[in-house]
Amino acid sequence: MSWTVIQQIIPVFVQAFWLTLKLSFYGIIGAIIVGMIASFLRYFKVPVLRQISAVYTEVSRNTPLLIQLFFIYYAFPEIGIKISASAAGISGLIFLGGSYMAEAIYGGLNGVAKIQVESGLAIGLSRGQLARYVVFPQGLTLSIPAIAANVIFLIKETSIFTVIAIPELTNTALDQIGLYYHTDESLFVLVIAYAIILIPLSIVLTWLERRTRRGAFGN
Amino acid sequence: MATPLLQVEHLEKSYGDVHILHDIDLTIDTGSVTVLLGPSGSGKSTLIRCLNGLEDFQSGQLVFSGQPVVPSPKVWQQLRQKIGMVFQSYDLFPNLTVLDNILLGPLKVQHRAKAEATAQAIKLLKEVGLAEYQDAYPRQLSGGQKQRIAIVRALALNPEFMLFDEVTASLDPEMVRGVLEVLRNLAQQKMTMLVVTHEMNFAREIADQVVFLENGRILEQTPGQQFFTNPQTERAQIFLNSMDF
Repeated sequence: MSWTVIQQIIPVFVQAFWLTLKLSFYGIIGAIIVGMIASFLRYFKVPVLRQISAVYTEVSRNTPLLIQLFFIYYAFPEIGIKISASAAGISGLIFLGGSYMAEAIYGGLNGVAKIQVESGLAIGLSRGQLARYVVFPQGLTLSIPAIAANVIFLIKETSIFTVIAIPELTNTALDQIGLYYHTDESLFVLVIAYAIILIPLSIVLTWLERRTRRGAFGN
Repeated sequence: MATPLLQVEHLEKSYGDVHILHDIDLTIDTGSVTVLLGPSGSGKSTLIRCLNGLEDFQSGQLVFSGQPVVPSPKVWQQLRQKIGMVFQSYDLFPNLTVLDNILLGPLKVQHRAKAEATAQAIKLLKEVGLAEYQDAYPRQLSGGQKQRIAIVRALALNPEFMLFDEVTASLDPEMVRGVLEVLRNLAQQKMTMLVVTHEMNFAREIADQVVFLENGRILEQTPGQQFFTNPQTERAQIFLNSMDF
């Protein structure tokens, strides 16, 4: 392994690093929004939409991201939907992540103690008020650990973007290897790059879990 | 002549094939204290929960303030402002301060002015001896304190009728007294109350009427003192003998 080579390839990896972060960020935000909508539909038992969201959840969770990306990037243009590789990547991440986030959030909402719901009803709160003042603040807090695990999972999944030639970290590493045989150096930098994203993030998320839990429940 | 606040007529309740309550007939007069007694599993909690819509029932009817209750979520949501309930577990909202727990109903449900509702909340907190805890979170309080605040939270809606479902049953013995004291004061203020309790001395002291429930049937509905000195049924006698008081 050569330090000269590492110094030489760092600039492309820095670019790839920011791209990975950017795509992850949009994908995760989108996934959380989709997840919230899907979990609310299920929690409030909204007719029809709830069934549609259940079908979505099954399809999303039981197909690989790889195949989802192939569909979005290669099959959709056949029916007239043509988007850039980055947009396809973000869409794929949202499609996959949305269902995982939905499960995480629904689990939290469902985990709110029944007596909390009943005491809310007993003071005359409507279903909507109950959700706003009691169930969501407690339920979302309960779902934070699962959401955090999904955040980490989705960032790692961006490595699959390489199959639609998005120059994120994994793609960049494979490129460096394929074009210049910088195998050791590229894999080394690749691992370091993911670690720089994921290790601090998981520390921050763990801290956040504890903090919000304390805030909401005092333990 | 006493006027009935709540009449329960021929109420039947089952979960699937399991019949929980049989032909419940019960009248609760305005300003009176009714104590609901019975062995565990007799249907006391289910009955009390039917009276504020937390459980539905298959047939029979409730008449509140002379108006038949037509059960629907909307009707119950309205009625629950008049029928307060306190549960066995201290069920404050952990994400809100004591004052916010109390004000949630008055502000969001009844849309009352904040200054007026806050003044009332603080007055009620003083009455239960917890005024200095208004900004505390539930986790900072003991079980007995939480339970007294849960009572205040229900009272803040100015209910006409209060349901107490074994509110001292999960408390440490030294906490029980403070909570019973609050109930005693309410009774003196002529709050109409239905109380499920296993505190027999307290029941004896406070009850205008005792309802004895077993296997989902009302076996006795008698004036308070009479139940304790001269129960009408053998089952009630056995129940009283089994209680240590």
